[in-house]
Amino acid sequence: MSDFDRESMLEMFIFEMSQLVDQLESTIIQSESEYNIDQINEIFRIMHTIKGSSAMMMFDNIAGVAHSIEDLFYYLREENPKDLDFKRLSDHVLSGADFVKAELAKIQEGSKADGDGTDLAKAIDKFLQQIKGITPAEPEAPKQTASAPASVAEPAPAADPTPSTAGDNMHKYRAKIHFQDGCEMENIRSYTLVHNLQEMAQDITHEPQDVIDEETIPLIRQNGFVVDFSSTHDFNFIHSHLSQTVYLREVILEEIGAPVGAASVAPAAAPAPVAEAPPVVADEPVIPVPPTPDIVAAAAAEATQKKGTASHMISVNVSKLDALLNLMGELVISEAMVTQNSELEGLQLESFHKETRQLRKIVTNLQETVMSMRMVPLSATFFKMHRIVRDMCRQLDKDVQLDIVGEETEVDKNIIEHIADPIMHIIRNSIDHGVEMPEDRKKSKKPSKARVLLEAKNSGGDVLVIIKDDGRGINTAKVLAKAKTNGLTTKSDNEYTDKEIMQFIFLPGFSTNDQVTAYSGRGVGMDVVMSNLEVVGGTALVDSTPGEGTTFTLKIPLTLTIQEGMSVLVAGAQYTIPIANIIKSFKAKPENLFTDPSGNEMITERGEILNIVRLHEFFNIDGAVTDVCEGTLIMLENGEHVVCLLVDDLIGQQQAVVKPMPKYFKKVHGLSGCTLLGNGDISLIIDVAGFFDK
Amino acid sequence: MATVQNMIDDERHDDTIKDQYLTFAIEGEDYGVEIAYVKEIIKMTPITKVPEMPNFIEGLINLRGDLIGVIDVRKRFDKQPKEHDEETCIIVIMYEDYTLGMIVDAVQETAIIPKERIFAPPSAKLSYANQFIRNIGKVGEEVKLLLDVERFLAQE
Repeated sequence: MSDFDRESMLEMFIFEMSQLVDQLESTIIQSESEYNIDQINEIFRIMHTIKGSSAMMMFDNIAGVAHSIEDLFYYLREENPKDLDFKRLSDHVLSGADFVKAELAKIQEGSKADGDGTDLAKAIDKFLQQIKGITPAEPEAPKQTASAPASVAEPAPAADPTPSTAGDNMHKYRAKIHFQDGCEMENIRSYTLVHNLQEMAQDITHEPQDVIDEETIPLIRQNGFVVDFSSTHDFNFIHSHLSQTVYLREVILEEIGAPVGAASVAPAAAPAPVAEAPPVVADEPVIPVPPTPDIVAAAAAEATQKKGTASHMISVNVSKLDALLNLMGELVISEAMVTQNSELEGLQLESFHKETRQLRKIVTNLQETVMSMRMVPLSATFFKMHRIVRDMCRQLDKDVQLDIVGEETEVDKNIIEHIADPIMHIIRNSIDHGVEMPEDRKKSKKPSKARVLLEAKNSGGDVLVIIKDDGRGINTAKVLAKAKTNGLTTKSDNEYTDKEIMQFIFLPGFSTNDQVTAYSGRGVGMDVVMSNLEVVGGTALVDSTPGEGTTFTLKIPLTLTIQEGMSVLVAGAQYTIPIANIIKSFKAKPENLFTDPSGNEMITERGEILNIVRLHEFFNIDGAVTDVCEGTLIMLENGEHVVCLLVDDLIGQQQAVVKPMPKYFKKVHGLSGCTLLGNGDISLIIDVAGFFDK
Repeated sequence: MATVQNMIDDERHDDTIKDQYLTFAIEGEDYGVEIAYVKEIIKMTPITKVPEMPNFIEGLINLRGDLIGVIDVRKRFDKQPKEHDEETCIIVIMYEDYTLGMIVDAVQETAIIPKERIFAPPSAKLSYANQFIRNIGKVGEEVKLLLDVERFLAQE
């Protein structure tokens, strides 16, 4: 296999694996308290695929772990044991998922997936042995098993030696295999099957015997391929192994004769279910116990939903979408270059203008379609938070329910990557700092189960992500005191409004938690929220009522690459201001202007007093209009704040294709990038947030 | 100026490319830059100023839809700026992952300067502009000051 092939296969592999692991996690977390048969099947299927793909890509450690989980779920699926410790089961599967994730990350970075999964696989195998051990073969001692963790732990020593005891325990099997019609080369397939079986079985005999001879093909087609062998592995294991044969139509596995070897078998070795197990047809997994009606209904609803979404999807490499978007950007510019060409000025071109309007319409539609292709629902990001909440609750002994609303809201792919971390940090923060311990909640007459709401909704050109908890709220006095000791305050205490104080928590190195926990308290985290959001041009707001809870609101632009902008003129150069930030533009009247003693210019507009920022002063540009009344003021908002920006003149509204500044240029405060205008000129794009924090 | 580009393309696979220098003039002195760095030469084009940049960074130009930064070589060498005329050119260079334009008084020629004709600059004469010169090459009797691109681009 050439490097190139492996490279592209690896990419596909990583993509598929991550999807599967995500799916796995969400399945587990949905059903943590109890697994129904569909979820068990689902997890079994996922683990089977993970095992197969990673074995194919020669990541044996991943395949090993997946294999033991698959075995576990195979057993659950076939035997449907009762009184299962689902929490422990979930823990095992989640740690398996974590292992796969960690290995995937290594592969993605280009390093070797060298994690050792044997311990994990052993732990899972041991767990399986335990379940087998405590699963009553006949419903005799369910009382004992019902009291979960204690009794689970007890049989462990007894179960421990089982693998070795089982080793002496030879079973004789007969398997009859039918291949799918028209799969061809049945003899070779039979040969491969026998070859694979040699790893785990002895005394293999088969009928027809000389499978290399092509004349056996019709025989195999007609009568099936019959293999007799003895193996130390149990029925289920052999069956699952045989079921993996490619082009398999049916496998009938029987155990023939009594187990040979050591007659006294440890209680855990579970030969009982084997003897009972009827020959199973591979294609139709037998459901031993009919699930309760409501579970069936829910599962059916879920299944139809899945069918509805899956069939019309294809996956496309993001780089292709990026390329498409770049081309789209160039098309928007070219279109403007043609239709606004200076050579056309003053010409009477009636049909030309009609056609350009049509072109404009098509380009706009195309642009919307391209943008919509890049839109991804927030659901995957949101559902990942279940895992975080679950892990934290178990670790911190808190009881929190995460409610998710509006997860279908869509955001640009590039933006999603930047907001997953902020959301995670805020949720961690809410659970760690906000939510009280259950007993404290009872004292303050709150329900002992805390609620964290994660909500997304559209609002104009932005998406709002709201994270709301019903915890103890933010103690503004404590925050202010901490801000003071860290030297972050610039005004005297009583000048700060509660809102201003709360914004302190987003500053680097700020944490009011006196004790560092695994999750927060080190003062990193909330500043990550801000810095990540700034990259995508978003903002964050906090609101909190002591004793009732805290609400974080993240405001994120829908898309980054093509913005609606207002072109303005300063000293002959053009600048573009995102329309989303503009409230209005107006001419100042001299009587509304005033200056405070420290030289800050202000204006009263509709009863509000606003600061004036002169763009030319901010950027040290010579030759701009300096008389406030002569230029134009643009009222800008960023979150809660409003300023008036002085520019020379307005040019007009246009679509700005945002390009990053060339790498050689250092980041300029107040600029977010640049854009090409229809006439080929360059306009710098203003980062409005820059005017507020300087 | 497409001829230079063609020539570069033609000779890209030739080993001698490393001995080739594009020479240009700044205030009567001849300078050379390794041709491997040179992407193309374009005429002066409108430059968009970018605020809060070091004084030698002139701004941005639109190179067929790509936005690239432009450095005024005179200002970089701390020499008096000069009015741009029809001889003024922008040499577009690629260094590591930067693409940048260099404004020069005039582009002269591509010269082949073999290794044995290249000498270290006299260490005593380290003026400000000299810190950007790595070597001195000789073409006949003429002296070409060979640019140290890495230092030239460094923003300290």
